[in-house]
Amino acid sequence: MVNFSVMKKTMYEKIWDSHLVFEAPGQAPLLYVDRHLMHEVTSPQAFEGLRLTNRKVRNPHSILATMDHCVPTKDRDKPIADLIARKQVEVMAENCRENKLNLYDMKSPNNGVIHIVVPEHGFVHPGMVVVCGDSHTATHGAFGALAFGIGTSEVEHVMATQTLPQKKSKTMLVRVDGTLSKYCSAKDITLAIIGKIGTAGGTGYVIEYAGDTVEALSMEARMTLCNMAIEAGARAGLVAPDQKTYDYLQGREFAPKGDSWNQALEYWKSLPSDDGAAFDAVVNINAADIAPQVTWGTSPEQVVGVNGTVPDPESFDDEGKRQSCQQALDYMGLRANTKMTDIPIEFVFIGSCTNGRIEDLRCAAEVAKGTRVASDVTAIVVPGSYHVKQQAEQEGIADIFKNAGWEWRDPGCSMCLAMNGDELKNGQRCASTSNRNFEGRQGKGGRTHLVSPAMAAAAAAAGHFVDIREI
Amino acid sequence: MEPYVKHESIAALLNRNNVDTDQIIAKQFLKKVERSGFGVHLFHDWRYNEDGSDNPDFELNNPAFKGARILVTSDNFGCGSSREHAPWAIADYGFNTIISTSYADIFYNNCFKNSILPIVVNKQQLDLLMREINENPGVRFVVDLEKQQVSTPGGNGFSFEVDPFRKGNLLGGLDDIGCTLKHVDKIDSYETQHKQLYPWLWV
Ligand code: SF4
Repeated sequence: MVNFSVMKKTMYEKIWDSHLVFEAPGQAPLLYVDRHLMHEVTSPQAFEGLRLTNRKVRNPHSILATMDHCVPTKDRDKPIADLIARKQVEVMAENCRENKLNLYDMKSPNNGVIHIVVPEHGFVHPGMVVVCGDSHTATHGAFGALAFGIGTSEVEHVMATQTLPQKKSKTMLVRVDGTLSKYCSAKDITLAIIGKIGTAGGTGYVIEYAGDTVEALSMEARMTLCNMAIEAGARAGLVAPDQKTYDYLQGREFAPKGDSWNQALEYWKSLPSDDGAAFDAVVNINAADIAPQVTWGTSPEQVVGVNGTVPDPESFDDEGKRQSCQQALDYMGLRANTKMTDIPIEFVFIGSCTNGRIEDLRCAAEVAKGTRVASDVTAIVVPGSYHVKQQAEQEGIADIFKNAGWEWRDPGCSMCLAMNGDELKNGQRCASTSNRNFEGRQGKGGRTHLVSPAMAAAAAAAGHFVDIREI
Repeated sequence: MEPYVKHESIAALLNRNNVDTDQIIAKQFLKKVERSGFGVHLFHDWRYNEDGSDNPDFELNNPAFKGARILVTSDNFGCGSSREHAPWAIADYGFNTIISTSYADIFYNNCFKNSILPIVVNKQQLDLLMREINENPGVRFVVDLEKQQVSTPGGNGFSFEVDPFRKGNLLGGLDDIGCTLKHVDKIDSYETQHKQLYPWLWV
């Protein structure tokens, strides 16, 4: 008898199978790469490698590049003051010119953070394999594309061969069902998932996010959700494409047009996991249980609901967890059992590839409207791209922020990794919409609490965290 | 990549545990745009004094180790951040062989991508090698990857294990790209088919 269940495939397996160039015993399977995204920090040595070996970029049209990590977010008309950063940016421009690659340089109206500008231009479609020398490439899984971060040698490998030797991942289904409470967002879902499974919970897996809560999310919210799949340890995150995905893509610069569109659509509709396809692991989350999340430690898994308290190291059974809790509390300057809403903040950062999209700014502006940034707080908004910036200005969002005492900047990674000069001072405490709260990530000695845009806006006005459900 | 050939070379000793990639190449050098030229920054904080002069107390600054291609070191070498700048710095400094009891996983993989042979020995073997270097600084070992053997004048030679696929790549000077390009015909035919199936990706 034929066992039909073995023929049922997950979306990951479908994309994997259709991109397998070749497989042989004793060798890693070779996977074809459709799209290669690039920024100035992880690419220069890969270009140098190509030059030294006299190799060429195989498919220049598969690459889209931007400058985001070390670009300033103000005084953009002046040359970059940091000479090493200036050189890195110049080298990027030169490499792109030499290899005829599409680059959104600092002055381009299309410039912004790589994972923000790529979707804006419809460069990633469902079913693609997408790579970038950057771990947050997972963002593009929101379109039903297999998107993951790679190292510099691999960047060179993809440029030269359009392929990558890869190990097949296991599959994990994360189902989120139910209704989110007011002001709870994709950021809270993704943090709650990491809190539940841990930063190594997804190691070895590609996560597919499903369930009615996920289906109800906008494309932008799905990007936020997938963006932090990497913080759960997963290789990539995926959401099945649906009408929202198609509507988002249609008409964008690199989206298929005319007959091609119909052809593509037919293919995209074949991608979602088959009913009854088997996953290696399944996690269920009830959206109604998710409170607005705030991290208290130096790892994204060290997170609680805003109505919770800073944990006591003694409350962990695991010796390693107890130790890292204690270390985190020491670094963060926090005492066990402090109410999260009692923690004062001095800085607020809204931006990054996690939460720098127009929808994020709209949410935050709704909360910031009519408020004032607390007297001892500095608050900045760094839009994810010039398009986001422009749209926010047209919608009056920029004015809401400016009137409330926020700084309104030019786009870039900025304080997500503090490489461009925007950074916390030693000991400063920040409510941040970015994705990593590692020691020193936002500046040496800086203390980062990850939150959603709405939570960040509320904290800016209050000077401490507040439960926005109660506003 | 340079093919890895049998060679006789000075073995330098760095007797420290848990040398992490931050120590191998400090973060202030990561904004550089070249893959080469990291050698002068290798072990920066240990190697140089505040004023930039050589720190005479740092093991590798021992004149007897000048020109060494073999680095003998201790447990868990290359731990910490995954930066590929670490093996770049090691190779650029001149080492092509490391002998240690253990390595961090990512660092170990990165070595093979950069023509560096990381050899694993047991604690006893390591102690013997260290003693031989200490007694005779500047001693030269012979590394023969083909035969998977290291020999020393003091008679502390040994054989070692290495993944056959990686061994082949090192000997042939094949980087991963070189290996993949051996299948370029398969990539070509995949691509032809890909264009037919998904033509909208190619316009
Ligand atoms: S915004 Fe942050 S996470 Fe995103 S690409 Fe930039 S540095 Fe990386």
